Amino acid sequence: MTADLPAVALSVAMAIAAGLVGCFAVMRRMTLASDAISHVALPGIAIALLLHVQPFVGGLVALLLGTLLIWVVESRTRMATETVIGVVFSGALAVGAMFTRGEELIEALFGGAGALPGWELALGLVGAAGVVVFVLGARHQLVLALVSPDLARSAGVRVERLSLLYLLAFSFTVALGLRYLGVLLMGSLIIIPAATAKHATRSLGSMLAVAVAVAVSSTLVGTALARALQRETGPVIITVAAGVFFLALLRRRPR
Amino acid sequence: MPSVLEVSGLTIEFGGLRVIDDLSFTVDDGECLAIIGPSGSGKTVLFRALIGSVPYQGAIRWAPEARIGYVPQKLDIERDLPLTGADLLRAKAHVGRVPPTDVPRALQMVNLGSDVTSRPIGTLSGGQFQRLLLACAFLGRPSVLLFDEPTAGVDERGEDMLYETIHRMQVEQQLTLLLISHELSLVYRYATKVLCLGRGRAWLGAPTEVLTPRRLEELYGGPMTYHFHR
Repeated sequence: MTADLPAVALSVAMAIAAGLVGCFAVMRRMTLASDAISHVALPGIAIALLLHVQPFVGGLVALLLGTLLIWVVESRTRMATETVIGVVFSGALAVGAMFTRGEELIEALFGGAGALPGWELALGLVGAAGVVVFVLGARHQLVLALVSPDLARSAGVRVERLSLLYLLAFSFTVALGLRYLGVLLMGSLIIIPAATAKHATRSLGSMLAVAVAVAVSSTLVGTALARALQRETGPVIITVAAGVFFLALLRRRPR
Repeated sequence: MPSVLEVSGLTIEFGGLRVIDDLSFTVDDGECLAIIGPSGSGKTVLFRALIGSVPYQGAIRWAPEARIGYVPQKLDIERDLPLTGADLLRAKAHVGRVPPTDVPRALQMVNLGSDVTSRPIGTLSGGQFQRLLLACAFLGRPSVLLFDEPTAGVDERGEDMLYETIHRMQVEQQLTLLLISHELSLVYRYATKVLCLGRGRAWLGAPTEVLTPRRLEELYGGPMTYHFHR
């Protein structure tokens, strides 16, 4: 990632969205599923490259379609979501890998900067702001649905619609991170800071704040370290985040 | 006495299995209806239909002015979930558009202090968590309270306290109460009407009419004993 201001602004916006979305993914016990969901972007990126379209657009479209698939399975069938996610998204990764080659595949899997077009910057910033507004605005509904969907329904929450909106916010956040972290690592920036915050806090407000702080600081420190060490940015960001997680584990949980 | 709830011809099926079959009953204003029956007889499913959580055939008609408070069956909450009792109450108040001043009132009604609500919900005892859920239900000043297994996971002393709290609230707030319970002695003490579900049949009537040893044996497939809590 180049250290120019627009790129830093986009990566910080992505990290804030990832930290917030991740808290509910971790609390909804979607940890493994979240990682698998991000894999569905790969066939989209592959098709975009074949059609000479921006990879971001292909990845985003594939993620949104994948999200709709999960939502339909969750709300319309009795099949276990984990099963569908495990099969469909691992399959998507395999299909995507078949049609993507060499350098492009590595870039899609682990991220790689390239030029940042103005439209992508604008879409990224607006999208991240949308995700932040959604998670903060809907946090009370999300909490009730998390504790008991029936309790939420009895209070007037449209649980299925809320679940779809949350999954769309999740997918959009994954799409935001494809440029820097790639298909394999973006799920980790959503999950690791939230898992760290879950261990270190005992209330919702503090969990959201700590997750955002860990995601943003890992992104900034990881970016700077990657430049200093002349390494790819994505793996360094995730290594820093994982380091923070293990450091947090050394501390006893607050009671 | 006007009806708060009218259920007619209610049928609920899951995967081809008929859980509730052509059930009809009414609940009048201020009544306490206890729903009893063996596991799998459709008690919780009936509640879920009443709050619109599961599809059904037939008709469920709530009085237009009814405000429903719902306390779900024992929930499986992770111990390390970073959500405090205060987070849950805030969420319920926000979603129900209830003024924040109602939260201390609801807590006072169920006799819960801030020392309990500041703790993560996964660390609360069964009785504390049930009272927290009851406080959540009281936010929004319900006129009808649906209570699924109020005392599951609660010790006997907590059980009595909970029932007394519910009963006191019912009298003070003039609530209509629908509760699912396995505690026949408490049902006998507090319910004004009992709905027995089981073996594809349903019986409705006053506790003295419905809770007979013969009926209970027929319902549960064996002799039932119950003791009185003091």
